Amino acid sequence: MRVLMFGWEFPPHIAGGLGTACYGMTRGLARNDVEVIFVMPRASGDEDQRFVKVVNASDVEARYSESKIEGADDLWKKISFIHIDSNMVPYISPEEFETYREEYERTGRKIWEKEGDVWTQRYTFSGKYGANLMEEVARYAVVAAEVAKQLEGQFDVIHAHDWLTYFAGIAAKRVSGKPLVVHMHATSFDRSSSDNIDTRVYAIERAGMAAADRVIAVSNLTRNIVIEKYNIPAEKVVTVHNAVRFAEKDNELPERGVDDKIITFLGRITFQKGPDYFVEAAAKVLKRVPNVRFVMAGSGDMMNHVIRRVARLGIADRFHFTGFLKGDDVHKMFQLSDVYIMPSVSEPFGISPLEAMRANVPSIISKQSGVAEVLDYAVKVDYWDVDAMADAIYGFVKYPALAKMFSSKGLEEVTGLKWNNAAAKIKAVYEDAINECK
Amino acid sequence: MKTVNLYFQVHQPWRLKVYRFFNIGKDHNYLDDFTNRAIMQKVARQCYLPMNAMLLKLIEEQKGAFKCSFSVTGSAIEQFRQYAPEVLDSFRALAKTGCVEFLAETYSHSLASLSSKEDFVEQVKLHVKTIKKEFGVKPVAFRNTELIYSDAIGEMVSELGFKTILAEGAKHVMGWKSPNYIYTNAIDNRLRVLLRNYKLSDDIAFRFSNQGWEEYPLTADKFAQWVAEDAGDVINLFMDYETFGEHQKADTGIFDFVRALPAAILSKGDMQFATVSEAAQVSQPVGVLHCPHVMSWADEERDVTAWLGNELQNEAFGKLYGLKDKVKALKNEDFEYVWNFMQTSDHFYYMATKWLSDGDVHSYFNPYGSSYEAFINYMNVLSDFEIEIDKALAAKRSRKKDTASA
Repeated sequence: MRVLMFGWEFPPHIAGGLGTACYGMTRGLARNDVEVIFVMPRASGDEDQRFVKVVNASDVEARYSESKIEGADDLWKKISFIHIDSNMVPYISPEEFETYREEYERTGRKIWEKEGDVWTQRYTFSGKYGANLMEEVARYAVVAAEVAKQLEGQFDVIHAHDWLTYFAGIAAKRVSGKPLVVHMHATSFDRSSSDNIDTRVYAIERAGMAAADRVIAVSNLTRNIVIEKYNIPAEKVVTVHNAVRFAEKDNELPERGVDDKIITFLGRITFQKGPDYFVEAAAKVLKRVPNVRFVMAGSGDMMNHVIRRVARLGIADRFHFTGFLKGDDVHKMFQLSDVYIMPSVSEPFGISPLEAMRANVPSIISKQSGVAEVLDYAVKVDYWDVDAMADAIYGFVKYPALAKMFSSKGLEEVTGLKWNNAAAKIKAVYEDAINECK
Repeated sequence: MKTVNLYFQVHQPWRLKVYRFFNIGKDHNYLDDFTNRAIMQKVARQCYLPMNAMLLKLIEEQKGAFKCSFSVTGSAIEQFRQYAPEVLDSFRALAKTGCVEFLAETYSHSLASLSSKEDFVEQVKLHVKTIKKEFGVKPVAFRNTELIYSDAIGEMVSELGFKTILAEGAKHVMGWKSPNYIYTNAIDNRLRVLLRNYKLSDDIAFRFSNQGWEEYPLTADKFAQWVAEDAGDVINLFMDYETFGEHQKADTGIFDFVRALPAAILSKGDMQFATVSEAAQVSQPVGVLHCPHVMSWADEERDVTAWLGNELQNEAFGKLYGLKDKVKALKNEDFEYVWNFMQTSDHFYYMATKWLSDGDVHSYFNPYGSSYEAFINYMNVLSDFEIEIDKALAAKRSRKKDTASA
């Protein structure tokens, strides 16, 4: 089975959990004999390409080549990298795009073939989440249609991750006639409080799910939101919990600089992640135990607010900020931690506690997270329950037996959550969708 | 006879390097050696060396009729020793002429006067000792960091034996009074207060190269005329020494201006130059200056909110001085060295969040992207410093126990 997958980020260039999930998922799919062609804007060239073919949407040039590379893994003897022969219009507004698409649908003729010269110019995405995101989403869909056209007959199903790629998925589906599976890693309702959602994003999400043959939700929590708040028929929506993939080269512990216990929050510092509650809990713990340090790793629009709050609480000598971490630093941070905490207000899944548990770190997670559905050996608290959070932190710090039990059982538990199994479920979803389309 | 009192502030902070959470507990070098050296050597080349040479020449030319005063912070002197010793030599040459007075201030250009008397006295004594050692003179006049002044600070300064203190001629304190006269401290009348004429001082320091200014270009003659026309006994022109060649680059003509200034002023007749201590004695005080609240020469507000104006700054300040007793107990030079440069007011200045009228000045002096970055970096360094202090104290205690039991 072959799948054309639309993503927005892929390791090592990631801003959040989506890239990490895509990586684990594509690996798992590969092990389940599913070939993946991964399309993303501006692939930087150093993505791990052993498991996926990364098609760089920014780089679709008027050239066709196919080369064969020996894969490091035996699962793939031959991996082909495909540069797509494509002619792109350098600039196109969402409205123009709409006109072009309509005409294309009506006539079957590609509008953008009319103007000879512009073809040779490259179509460049700015790659990161930017101010012109909506425009990018629309333009990405144009590329997607072209990619789908060029790869005709080389894939059986289309898989689009998160709303950014839904238009691309829809476009590819219309061009190729293949079934579309969309993957809800987060909803608008997770990103902000429910009375304050971005209606444009909501509209795209809804359109994507409506057009899709199947919707994959990363947790029952997300599945319920999809059904209740987007009015998607329940039979179309399948829950596939994320898993976690671990690098093999693991166990070199970094040298610890401080003797104090380290309590870590790692994630974007935004409303969704509940950083405020962590700060309040930290202040409560510090009143009782002196030898504890708190670390907030990440960046985000609430960072300055949190720093001010920490200063006002007078705990800045025990509460540290690392800024945005990536790559090895993330792993290092987990290894340096004694307790991991994810106080998310709303977390569709939340892969980071799994990474923490894998590094033998006992975790505290909010009940409002998808990952709480699959974990037993993590302390679950309501995100707003600062006292319970402080209590749990205190327990892990003061009672080593408790911490030990959670870290060893947690490791066992998390090792059982394999992308192989999750990918098998995804494959089954693909098969359903394909059979239904026939 | 009108007296012109020229005073220059010389200061360079020890800048901290980017110090991450991961460094805590492992890395105890806190300073950005490269930046510190690069800036010191650049400013030495563009400002300190050429200006000192010129002032020396002017003093010789005017046969003692030209005078001026300096305060050089301890951290600047440390950096001279390390990166530009020739600057120290040129200051010594100026000191020898007898026409240049060196003032006392806080050793680290610190905010100790706002912390406690104890911290303040320690900082001042350390600075006096350093000035005596480097320039062979014992300061008798005082200027506090950034001209931070209040009645209470003046009282402390008087108790330390100083006869004169500099302060800002801030509008909200002066009211209708003119800064061009001598005043006394409200608590201790023996301490004379000289007030900066901010209009004339800033004409040079800020407006000199401003081509949109209606008085541009500013010539020495024009300036001498303004000084002559401004009523009063003493015209106090206080500014950063880095104004000359650094804030106002050489190509603005600032050096030509300085070269011509003494002759221009002296040629007006009835005007003389004096050092700070001499200027404070040219006439009797006209009154008492009441300043119950702290003021400074910084920003539009002329208060201390540039350093202690938000919760970040207050937290860092509180945590820093919370370590005082431990540092004292250690009696270890290495720790005192760090203790001193951590007190430097610049670190707190970088954490300011007031960006309205004076944003330009703030960002000019700020190596950090934001106040928050500055705060995080400072607190990380302070955290490691505290860990090191605790370790050293524990070691000291166990040594004592060993010797006691032996």
